[in-house]
Amino acid sequence: MNRINIENVTKYYGTTLVLDGIDLSVAEHEVVCLIGASGSGKSTLLRCINQLVPFDHGRIYIDGKAIDDESHFGRNGLRKRIGIVFQAYNLFPHMKVLDNITLAPRKVHGVGRAESEERAMELLNLFGMHSFASSYPEQLSGGQQQRVAIVRALATNPEVLLLDEVTAALDPELIAGVLDVIRSLKDNGMTMIIVTHEMSFARDVGDRVCFLEGGRILEQDKPQKLFSGPENPRTRQFLDRIIRAGRL
Amino acid sequence: MSSEQRAPDSPARNPAPPRKATLTFTERFVPPAISVVSVVVVFGLVARVVTSAEHWPRIQLQFFNLEAIIAAFPRVFQGFLINMSVWAVALVAIGIWALLLAVFRSLTGPWFAPLRVFAVVYIDLLRGIPSLLLVLLFGFGVPALQLPGLPRSNLFWGSVAMVLGYAAYAAEVYRSGMEAVHDGQRAAGKALGLTQWQSLRYAILPQAIRNVIPALLNLAVALQKDVALLSVIGVRDAVREAQIYTARTFNYSSLIAAAILFLLATIPMARLTDWVTRRDQERRLQRTV
Repeated sequence: MNRINIENVTKYYGTTLVLDGIDLSVAEHEVVCLIGASGSGKSTLLRCINQLVPFDHGRIYIDGKAIDDESHFGRNGLRKRIGIVFQAYNLFPHMKVLDNITLAPRKVHGVGRAESEERAMELLNLFGMHSFASSYPEQLSGGQQQRVAIVRALATNPEVLLLDEVTAALDPELIAGVLDVIRSLKDNGMTMIIVTHEMSFARDVGDRVCFLEGGRILEQDKPQKLFSGPENPRTRQFLDRIIRAGRL
Repeated sequence: MSSEQRAPDSPARNPAPPRKATLTFTERFVPPAISVVSVVVVFGLVARVVTSAEHWPRIQLQFFNLEAIIAAFPRVFQGFLINMSVWAVALVAIGIWALLLAVFRSLTGPWFAPLRVFAVVYIDLLRGIPSLLLVLLFGFGVPALQLPGLPRSNLFWGSVAMVLGYAAYAAEVYRSGMEAVHDGQRAAGKALGLTQWQSLRYAILPQAIRNVIPALLNLAVALQKDVALLSVIGVRDAVREAQIYTARTFNYSSLIAAAILFLLATIPMARLTDWVTRRDQERRLQRTV
């Protein structure tokens, strides 16, 4: 059964069409990468899935239940099952790393402080970040902050993780550490939708890659096939430009 | 390359930081000396001109009469303590009430519309009315109603007027602080499943309050002087006591005594505000680096 089913999702910002009838399904344990130029609708689609932005037409189902079905998910219930990590980390600057991570488990999921801190330390340990538990975000490098943001999203044990250009704001030498974290999540079977500009990473970690343009998925395939022999001329054009920029 | 291999005339690998330029005696001491001398000369001349004016003795007698200042001081000081207690209590009340107003105003969702409308109307009205008018209205008006169960003290109602008026300003300060918190913080709170209230309480407000502490301190300094408005409704504060002395002796030095007391309180507060503001700016600069 599919974890996520997106059916004919359409969204306007004002009169601008940003998502034009998107259909996409994601199986359990599958990692789907969304690629495409800025403004192609990748990030908006991601934000629609956990209802950070509303959409105008179509339906999105998680495990067969429509995401706006409050009788099933309850208020905010959907977000208890989907984690998201943002490009700009969006850690709470006034809270220590540990408090950033345990806030949602304690306040949303009703886990006790001791238990949630234990789980947070476990996760931090997993990604080599345990020594920063009592640091403030601004004392960390961008790559470290992004790893903390991933841990924060994982702390609530989500079934699906959405990653929105999580390496786009990082210096090149900091990207690898974050990508390693994501790779290990994939090895542990996490279902993920990843918006990325790192083509080699998409090729490496994605089970499937979707190329978006103008709010539509123009082509989707296994990464080896899509990157080596794209069928759609627009995909080819996009990849050619990336290759010429030396990014693939 | 190791240091042994380096040619003897090549520059050291880690050159010492440049030494501070040594100043000659003239360079070090003449500019400050010029500053001191010119200040003394200019202000000395001004003082000379003022005190040699024909009417200076009369001015001195009426305003700067040391004996009168000393004679009026105990009463004026007692009044001043009232000013400062009103100030301290009002500060706390304003801080809390204004925060509530700002939160009301920021709530979204149809069910919160009454609170939102209340906050908007309240802030518009109370910011638009002169403080003096509010003090008169509450300080004289409410006790005159003689409503059962309500305090009749004009000190109490005058203070209430100050709190209600200042809270409207402080609420807007809080609101600007909340709006300055980056949108990503709200998105993060939402994405973690926090409710609107939890998001405010744990993510937005702590940052907003830190943002606006300098601005709130500025309001606190303004309030420190404005509490003297209570003198118009008969509260025996520093200004009222000074006026009573003036009425009895036809000497205005008591008002100068009150002025000195207010300055002794407001100038340190203003310096504190400057210091906090500067520290706050440094904190922000550090963050962007």
